[in-house]
Order: sequence, then structure tokens, then C-alpha cells
Amino acid sequence: MSTTLEPAAPEQALHRVSAGLLDPKLLLAALPDAVKKLDPRVMVKNPVMFVVEVGSVVTTVAAIADPSVFAWAITAWLWLTTVFANLAEAVAEGRGKAQADTLRRTKSDTTARRLVDWPARKDEEEVPGTALRLGDHVVVEAGQVVPGDGDVVEGIASVDESAITGESAPVIRESGGDRSAVTGGTKVLSDRIVVKISSEPGKTFIDRMIALVEGAARQKTPNEIALNILLASLTIVFLIAVVTLQPMATYAGAPQPTVVLVALIVALIPTTIGALLSAIGIAGMDRLVQRNVLAMSGRAVEAAGDVNTLLLDKTGTITLGNRQAAEFQPAAGVGVEELADAAQLSSLADETPEGRSIVVLAKTAYGLRARAQGELAHAEWVPFTAQTRMSGVDVDGREVRKGAAASVSNWVTAHGGSVGSEVAQLVDGISAAGGTPLVVADREGGGPPRVLGVIHLKDVVKEGMRERFAELRRMGIKTVMITGDNPLTARAIAEEAGVDDFLAEATPEDKMALIRKEQEGGKLVAMTGDGTNDAPALAQADVGVAMNTGTMAAKEAGNMVDLDSNPTKLIEIVEIGKQLLITRGALTTFSIANDVAKYFAIIPAMFAGVYPGLSHLNIMGLHSPTSAITSAIVFNALVIVGLIPLALRGVKYRPSDASSLLSRNIGVYGLGGLVVPFVGIKLIDLVVQFIPGLN
Amino acid sequence: MSATLAGWLQAVALVGALALCYRPLGDYIARLLTTAKHLRAEKALYRLVGVDGDADQRWPVYLRSVLAFSALSVLFLYGLIRLQTHLLLSLGVPEMEAHQAWNTAISFTANTNWQSYSGESAMGHLVQMAGLAVQNFVSAAVGIAVVAALIRGFTRNRTDRVGNFWVDLTRISLRLLLPIAIVFALVLAANGVVQNFHGFHEVTTLTGGQQAVPGGPVASQEVIKLLGTNGGGFYNANSAHPFENPTGFTNLVEIFLILVIAFSLPRTFGRMVGDHRQGYAIVAVMGLFWVASAVLITFFEHQHGGTALQAAGAAMEGKEQRLGIAGSSLFAASTTLTSTGAVNSFHDSYTPFGGGLTIFNMMLGEIAPGGTGSGLYGMLILAIVAVFVAGLMVGRTPEYLGKKLGGREMKFASLYILTTPTIVLIGAGTAIALPGERAGMLNSGAHGFSEVLYAFTSAANNNGSAFGGITVNTAWYDTALGLAMVFGRFLPMVFVLALAGSLARQQPVPASAGTLPTHKPLFVGLLSGVVLIVVGLTYFPALALGPIAEGLH
Repeated sequence: MSTTLEPAAPEQALHRVSAGLLDPKLLLAALPDAVKKLDPRVMVKNPVMFVVEVGSVVTTVAAIADPSVFAWAITAWLWLTTVFANLAEAVAEGRGKAQADTLRRTKSDTTARRLVDWPARKDEEEVPGTALRLGDHVVVEAGQVVPGDGDVVEGIASVDESAITGESAPVIRESGGDRSAVTGGTKVLSDRIVVKISSEPGKTFIDRMIALVEGAARQKTPNEIALNILLASLTIVFLIAVVTLQPMATYAGAPQPTVVLVALIVALIPTTIGALLSAIGIAGMDRLVQRNVLAMSGRAVEAAGDVNTLLLDKTGTITLGNRQAAEFQPAAGVGVEELADAAQLSSLADETPEGRSIVVLAKTAYGLRARAQGELAHAEWVPFTAQTRMSGVDVDGREVRKGAAASVSNWVTAHGGSVGSEVAQLVDGISAAGGTPLVVADREGGGPPRVLGVIHLKDVVKEGMRERFAELRRMGIKTVMITGDNPLTARAIAEEAGVDDFLAEATPEDKMALIRKEQEGGKLVAMTGDGTNDAPALAQADVGVAMNTGTMAAKEAGNMVDLDSNPTKLIEIVEIGKQLLITRGALTTFSIANDVAKYFAIIPAMFAGVYPGLSHLNIMGLHSPTSAITSAIVFNALVIVGLIPLALRGVKYRPSDASSLLSRNIGVYGLGGLVVPFVGIKLIDLVVQFIPGLN
Repeated sequence: MSATLAGWLQAVALVGALALCYRPLGDYIARLLTTAKHLRAEKALYRLVGVDGDADQRWPVYLRSVLAFSALSVLFLYGLIRLQTHLLLSLGVPEMEAHQAWNTAISFTANTNWQSYSGESAMGHLVQMAGLAVQNFVSAAVGIAVVAALIRGFTRNRTDRVGNFWVDLTRISLRLLLPIAIVFALVLAANGVVQNFHGFHEVTTLTGGQQAVPGGPVASQEVIKLLGTNGGGFYNANSAHPFENPTGFTNLVEIFLILVIAFSLPRTFGRMVGDHRQGYAIVAVMGLFWVASAVLITFFEHQHGGTALQAAGAAMEGKEQRLGIAGSSLFAASTTLTSTGAVNSFHDSYTPFGGGLTIFNMMLGEIAPGGTGSGLYGMLILAIVAVFVAGLMVGRTPEYLGKKLGGREMKFASLYILTTPTIVLIGAGTAIALPGERAGMLNSGAHGFSEVLYAFTSAANNNGSAFGGITVNTAWYDTALGLAMVFGRFLPMVFVLALAGSLARQQPVPASAGTLPTHKPLFVGLLSGVVLIVVGLTYFPALALGPIAEGLH
């Protein structure tokens, strides 16, 4: 699906949440759907807009019975208001549909090679992919498409998952462990695997994705329901205020035409937020999809905004995947350059990330060029093995060794050398700081070996993580680092990364206990996970993001799946959840604040005839009563269209504490909502007054 | 001393006295609502009526207790009024008609004290003391009991119990209202408010006319009329009557009594939720509206357009010379912002904007500071609405004092804010549409409409003051306004108690930097904005046809 989207700018992908701009073509394409949604059975689900539609019908009848330019102008704009509201929803859905179509194309009809009575027998039969049932075993070979979701139970294969993730690099899938899940619709590129089917037909991962992005499975979220209740009650209050206004107006000697009363109702009820509410929800899910995250429910997206505690795995999320050389600490009487040179020499053949990082450090810190292996004649490379736990090189009668402190010490003493106490201190110091010490030693021409010094390997915290955690703290979110390391190491990394807390030597049970403890305190917890043993914790967490590389069990347990399998994305998910709620709140505030200006436009227009003093309320200096009412209604309709991009994109969100967020949003949407309609209605009036026959 | 200076000094003395009482009185109420200890008299009373004073009630039971108690009160009061001619101390007043007795019984039970009768000519001493004064105590106590249940909804977790209504009612009546009432009845009596059992005195007025003026136990009833934000006067002229409110000093004491409990309850709230700053924020919003209203009414009453008004130097029609513009305006703002409804001047005679403000004050829902108890729960409901909208704007599911505001909570809050406007607007709209009821108006045009609007606003918001100028002692008005009072009082209580139940059930969410702070000036401003916009906007069209049309020339 991400193939259909523009790749996010790197800075954007790293941080701020936002989405693409609205394509005007999308508006046009959504128009037929918008008109279809005028069906009252659909409209009634949105009480605010249903009132507008009923109002449109009433004014249409009134305009037919007593035609005038004014009545028809109001009628036309009321219908437009309703259509614009539907347009917002249709556009939001349209973006999802485009993604669903791309997905559906990948879900070509496949035939499956089902194994009968596997593993007892090896018989195969060809069945259509749709005939597969839970627990069936199928065999898939290079070039074939996986017929359904399942777990690899035999073999290893490289799989092209670009249909799901948009990532073209193939991934390895193998039986056992946490990389056993395969998804229907993906293609096996090499080798042969046996897959145990884990989903019923029509309920595969792709099917669910299609339903999700299309919005078919969309249900109103708890917060949306609460807001709808508030909006409905405001609608009822204004409905009553206007209906009871008629006898009061009649008493005053100014009974109002039906068209004017309907116009007043529509102007007062919160149409702006009512029209955009469902679009905001759909667009929120959509923004996640654009970041390759699938939320299984809108509820989960909302919960993400509420999260109090983030559980983050250390490796891959907080630190780079592997430890890296940070420092050379020479032994007494050894120059640091000499140590760096020996360390580099011993690591040239070491293809592990740690080994490469030593070469890099030697180059960046001491300007030592990496010597190609071929440069050194007669060099004999000693590879790292689990038994020796050392690697090195024998060149021109010099043996250089590098490895775990104990192993190298053994090598040194075994060849008649000795390890000084100051080296032991260096080793202990590095361990105490949470690092891994590697000891470097050499031996010239069969003499006793000499310890050159220690390499400090440490976890490298990803760039910018400290700042992000500080941001999260300002947002009121606690971060907990989960690691299998011992408490000492964990504390050192936790301090360096700036997380609030850590859980060392964590087992899945510990994780689960931590989540329970936080939840008992009323907190919402988010976590990522991929292994089968993460599944219970993923299910328990309020927001559980499963990695797409993870097992099916993990994906089933979580309520979101990250197709990129990037655990850092959890932070973005939280931001998207918050942005969704902020957008709702901002537009509600804007919508309610708009009423003030509309009163100043419509009330004097209605009653200045009988109570001339009320014309003082016409502070906008609108041209005539009819032009004033028409302008208010036109503004009301246009503001919906004008805000569709904002509803789809979400309001600008910068992580900060609640107070500053609130003052900013009240400033923009509260005060803006008060002022903008005064300007807008006046401008529209300047145009509308020239409509012939309106006044 | 000039009248202006006197006005300022009165206001400063009043604010000072209220500020002094805020902490001790608020803390005292919090203690009596939370302590486990019963007084001996209370224990005896519980045994007598068969209540277990240590058992807490679920919210539906609490609600049923409120409703049952109030229904019994209405029946008792109705019977007493209807039968008073056959009882002691009736002073020979004529029997009251059924619809008026019904209206009066509801009116006093609903803490409204709307009076479609004239106190001195319709009620004997027995009904005044055993009927009306008793309701003045207990109806005020019911309001405080309900807000106590709501506050417990915030403070209690994972429980379905919100307190015991009978215990709350008893404690508030015996430990709070009664002692203050006794002290201030003596203060008022010492300053000239009458307190006796005299019948009618025939007096000759300055112009030589004859007038029958009854004495009576006025001071004792006057004090609870104000302290319990009831407002039903012993005399028809209410606090404008020299027997009820003889001097500038008693006037100030009366305003103080109107405000003291309602302004101290936010402290009770802050204390019970364990964060005094929350109480300060609420009291700040209340104070803001009260100060603004008092200043504006005083300002408008000093604006004078007509010849007579200019000669008098101010809009003195309908005001007492001894109380002056400041004393009257301060009283008017306080009585209409507290659901009291006692008057010391006639709002009908106020300038259009001054009178319009008294209507608008009531329309705000009696929340600044509002009636005893009812003011605080009304303000807390609006705080919930404000927190909901603002909470969304900080990107979290809104929560107030650690309790989440979900669909259920918003349902009850929405129903609450829906109730009173619906009653007011439908009532006023219907009255103005009926030719017979229109005839009851004294004035025509916008002012006549203001009279009708005022009547329904006053009844539905349980204020009870009257604009005057409208004849409401008809079967239709007695019935319609009676319904407005009963629904305007008890429907909101249903929603408040349901909300309390739903909040108490929740597990609190701990506050963090991401939580919307509800104790800062920003929130005070926001809540004030919500009060003005959400509540005020509803009534704007109606106000435009009444006071605004009249005031803008």
C-alpha cells in the first residue's frame, strides 16, 4: 500500500505527524458518494447533519410554496451544507478505498498445494486458496504465493512481503522462533516451506486490512460517542430555542418565515464539527496506515493518545541493534595509538558489527586507515569462535588477540604472560558502567604476551532519543525500558538514554506483571512486541503494537500491527492518537465559538424591523436582512469545505505539556472561531448583496 | 458620605466577610459531610425514623430518598396550607385555592419560593413557621446533600456508594443551617427585624389611609429565607419591607447570608477532593460573574434616561430610599445569581439592561455562586463540559479530577444542561402564544415579554423572584410555573446523582504533565467562557426580544 503513497520526508518520518495535502481531484471523485449519503437512513446516524437535511427538505417545500430568490438561495445552500458534510466523509473514505484497491490487486486467486495427513504422509493435493481451513498444511516453493496466513512449520525461505509492507527487500521466514509467521498474498522467493494455516478464508490478514482501510469495520469510538452526545444535546437546545422563538416573535409583531427559522437553526447547531466528526476519525486511522501501522480498531488509536506509560524494548528501540566500540583504554606503558592499531589489526577480519565498529573507531578517533586484508601478506586470520571467544591475526611473527576479558587473560597466562592489576581495574570499571570490555593483547616472536589495553564496547543510544524521552515526559508519559541485561548495565543505559525507569533481566512474566501494576494504578500502557511469549502482554496492554516480523500469535494479541516492524514508531502512534483528539476538540471549540458572530448577523436581520434598536447589533454592517441571513448560511457551508483539509490532516501537534497545548489551541480555535466568522460573513455579504432579487 | 462611597464600602465589607468565612465554613461543611461520628440527637432521630446512619446508599437509592422526602414534603405542605383555616394561629386568612396551594407547596419544597400569593394576607403564623420555614431549612439541605453525593463521586473509587441521604440531610440541617440561623436571627432581631406573634395592626399611614400590617415571627424566617437561598418573604414586599429589612446594615447582613454558604462550598469541594486549588478555581469563576453582574447592574441603574429618573439622580423607581442604588443593585445581583429570589427592590422597574441582567443571571443556571448546593453542582456540571472540550484539545480522553469523562458521563452532563433551557423556553413560548395568558401582562411590547420570560426563568431555575407586573395567580400560571419548578429542581438532581454514581465507580487516572490542569487561571477563563457561550447563547434570541430590544434605542 505504501507503494501508492509518496514516501514520507525523512524528517517527517522521524518525528512530526502530518499527512499529505488534499488533492482537489479527490473532492470531485468523492462527490457521487457524497450525494449517495443523502439517504436519510444513513444521515440519521449523524444527528447534527440529519437536522440540517430535514431543514433542507422543509425549506425546499417552503420555497416551492412561496418562491423567492432568497428562499431558493437559502434552500440551495442548505442542501450544499449537507452535501459538503457528506463530502468530507466520502473523501476520507475514498483515500482508504484507494489503498484497499491496491491491496485487493495483490490478493490474486491462488491455488494451494495442501498436504494430506502431514507429516505422516507426503501426499499433495491442489485446492483453491479459498478452500483452506484452519490447521491445514500447505507447501510453498520458490515463485509461489503463500495461499493464506500461517506459521512456517518446516524449512526456511526468503519471502517478498512488499505487497503488505511496501518494503521490497525480502525477509527470511523459518520454522520455530519468532520469525515463523507468513502472510497470505506474499511471495516465496527461494527455497521451500511448509506452512500451517492459521486463519479462516476471508479472515486473513489482508482481508482484515482491506476492511480496515475501507472503513467497513469502522465503529464509533468511545470518545466519538461522548462528543456526539454533547453535540446532539446542543442541537436539541438550539432547536428548542428557535422553535419557541416563533411565538415570541409573533407576539413582538414579527412572525418569521419558515425559511428564516430553519436558517437560524442550521446556523446555530454545531454543523462544522458535526460535518467533520466522522472524517476526522477515518483520517486518524488513515494517518496510521500511511505510516504502515494497522490499527485493529479506532478505540486503539484513541487509547494511544491516552497512554501514560510506554514500555520500550531496549534493543532496536532505544539503542542501535549492537554494541559499538566507544573508547580505547591502554594499559600502563602502552600508547593509545599502539592499542588502537593492534585493536584495528585484530578486527580486520571480524565481520561482526562490534568488530567493524572497532575499525571505525580507530579510523575516526586516531586516523588509522583500514588496511585491506590483502595488504598484509602472510597474515593468518583467527576467526571468532564460541569456544575461544577471541579473534585476531598472526602476521610477520606477531600474534594479536582481542576478546572477552577472561578468554584473553587465559591466553596471556597460558603463554607465560601476566595481566596487570590496572588492566583488571579497567575491565571492572567498564563492566560497572554497563559496557562490555574487550581485552587486546599481542605476542612478539613467541615471547610472553603483553596486554595492550581494553576496548570499551557499549550500547549506543540512538540519536535524538534523549530529547524524545524528555518530550514524552513533558507530555506526561512515562517511559520504561525493557531489557534482558543485568540491572547494572540496564541502569547505565537507562541513564544515558534518559528513560524514566527500566526493567532489567525482564522475562515475559515480569513484563506482564509490570503492565498489570501500572493498570491497577489507573494508567494506560502501550508496548511493542513480536514473540509468541509477548502475546499475553500485548493482549493485556491498552495499546499493543505487534511487529509484522513477529509471530501470528503476537499479531493476533496486539491491537495494532506495525508493518515496518519499527518499535520506535510507538511514539508516533501516541502522537497520532493525541492529534486525533485534539482535532476533534479544536473543531468543536471553533464550531461553538462561531455562533456568536452568526447571532450578530441573524438576530438583527430578523427583528430590527419591529425593534429598530436591534439594528445596533448589526455590528458587521451587513447590507440587508436577507443578505445577512444568506451570508451566514453561505459562510456556514463554506467553512465546512474549508476545514476538510484540516480534518483530514489533523491540527498541528507539537509534543508539549497540557497547559501550553491548551492555551495555543484556545487561542487559535477559540478566539479564531470568534473572529473568523465576523470577517467571513462580512466578506460574503459584500458579494451576496449584488444577487439580483435577493434583497 | 456620598452614596457611591457607601456603595463601595458595602461591597468591600461584603467581600471581606465572605473571604473570611471561605476557609473555616468550607472546611466545617467538609468535616460534617465526611466524619463518621453521629451526634446523640442525630442517633436518636435515626432510630426514630428507622435509618441506619452508617450504611451508605447506591446512587439510585440516594435519589429515591431525595425524591421521596421531597414528595412527602410537598404533600405535607399542601395539606397544611389547605387546612390552615381550621388550625391555630391562622390569623383568619382565607382558604387558599387548590392550584395556588399546590404551586406554593412545590415552590417551597423545590427551594424556589415563588409566591403567587401575598405573604401577609394568605399565610397564618403556623404555616409560615411549621410549613414554609421548615422547608426553607430542608430544601436547602437537600441541595447541599446532592452536591455532597456528586463530590463523593469524584473522591470515591470503585464503589457504588455515594453517601447516605438521611444522614446528610440531618447533619446539614442540624449542624450547619440551624446554628447559623439562630445566631443571625438574633443579629437581625437586634437590628429591628420584628419577631413576635402579633396579629394584624391597623395603622394610619402618613397620607391618612388605613392599613392592616401583621406582626409575626419574621426574623427567624428571614434568616433561613436568605441563608438557604430560598427567598420567600414573610411579607409580599419581601426584603423591601421595613419589618424584614429595616436598615442598610441589615441589608448588608442579608446579602451576606445569601452568599455565604454558596461561596464557601467550593472550599468544601477542594477539601474533599484533596486539592484546595480546585476549590479556588471554581470560586474564582463564581466570583467573576458575581462581581461583573453587581458592577454592571449598579452601572445601568445609575444610567437614567427619563425626566423623573434624572430628577432622582438614578433609576430609583421600585427601590427603597433607605437602601439606595448600591444596596439594591448588590442585592439584586446576589439574589438572582443564587436562586434566592428574595428582593429588596423591584426588578420590573430596573432599567432595561439592569433588569435584563437579573434575567440573564438566572439563565446562567444559578451557578455563580448559585443556590445552596445546587450552585456548586451546576458549576461542576459546566466544569465537566469545559473539561471535556478542553481535554480533547490537549489530546487525551478528557478527565476531571482523575475521573474519565466518557459517553455515560457526558450523557448526564448534557441532559443537565438541556433541562432548564428547555423548560424556560417552552414555558415562555407557550405562555406568550396563549391569548389568555398574554393578558396577564401589565406592560405591552418588549417589557411585557420580559415579564413572562422572567417568570419562567425564575421558576425553572428555582430562583423564585418575580419581575412583577404580571398576574400569575391564575390556574394556568400556577400549574405551568409549578411544573417548571418541580422539573427544574428534580430532573437536574436525577442527572447529578446518576453522574455521581458513574464517577464513583471509576478507577482514577493519575495526573501527569499531560493532564489538563483544572486549577489554573486559563481554566478559570475557559470555564467562564463555557458558562457564557454554552448557556448564554441559548437564550440570546429570547433576550433580544425582551430586555435587549427594550434597551437599545
